[in-house]
Amino acid sequence: MAGDYSLSGAQELHVLAVDDSHVDRKVIERLLKISCCKVTAVESGRMALQYLGFDGEKSSLGIDELKVNLIMTDYSMPGMTGYELLKKIKGSSTLSKIPVVIMSSEKILARIDRCLEEGAKEFLQKPVKLSDVKRLKDFILRGENDNKETEEMKQVSCPRKRKLQDCSSSPKCSSTPLLKHSLLKHPKIA
Amino acid sequence: MENQKQRQAAYLRRSLFDQGYIDDQFIHLEELQDDANPNFVEEVVNLFYTDSARLIRNIELALENGPYDFTRLDNMMYQFKGSSSSIGARRVKRQCCQFQEYCNAKNIEGCKNTFQGVKQEYNTLKTKLEAYFQMAREGSHYV
Repeated sequence: MAGDYSLSGAQELHVLAVDDSHVDRKVIERLLKISCCKVTAVESGRMALQYLGFDGEKSSLGIDELKVNLIMTDYSMPGMTGYELLKKIKGSSTLSKIPVVIMSSEKILARIDRCLEEGAKEFLQKPVKLSDVKRLKDFILRGENDNKETEEMKQVSCPRKRKLQDCSSSPKCSSTPLLKHSLLKHPKIA
Repeated sequence: MENQKQRQAAYLRRSLFDQGYIDDQFIHLEELQDDANPNFVEEVVNLFYTDSARLIRNIELALENGPYDFTRLDNMMYQFKGSSSSIGARRVKRQCCQFQEYCNAKNIEGCKNTFQGVKQEYNTLKTKLEAYFQMAREGSHYV
């Protein structure tokens, strides 16, 4: 279907993974590939911003190839922390819409709260599991389809109900699937 | 059809779990293996060895002489603990936690003693895992 740039279930999500640990990069890459995602893995916040074309830096890739649907970043990294990277992304007019997920081996409530307040979609505890990634993918795909629906609705009358919380694909789905593994029910997210 | 080597590999694997050297995270990694990526776990573990060698060396140097930078020691051990956790290296991770506790208490002797424990657990695990992967590989040649 020419000209169809929407994300359907068949299309691949492009995830940018940021982690200074070589071991963790390899694992997250595998988790994402098994979940049928395209992965770009970088080792620092600085490299992530460079890849994303932050600050007007020209990326060598075209816009469509570059389009990142999700950023998964480790929290504790030398140089720029995952939190600082999150702030930069959310503060950027071009990048702020990209969902950001923070990963950390430490379950520090203040840290989780801070990240969620800054706009992180989720806070995942390491080691990250395949079920985490699959859940995340479903959520992102729903979000992308909702965005596309919004555009379509303006032109055609749509028989489907919008914003339906369709949890049929996930047996473990609860009313707040994203926060299931977070320790905080953040009022702004719910 | 199982052969002798496969049975031995299974036994080695079983005892790694039973003796607490590795935990469920190792199984999670095994579940990520398939026909197209049959050596995934071993590849991850090899990366772990490379990272660990560097971290251990750096921690060793940092423990040699004062003044001791406990923050830096803690950061390095945090990284080592992280990758240990990622491959399910349970005993190594426990030693790392103890080391970090001594860092927080600014107890250099405690750090030094625990670091010997970290290295010991790491070396034991490495030896056992190498034997396991070797046996598993040899066993798979007959399949």
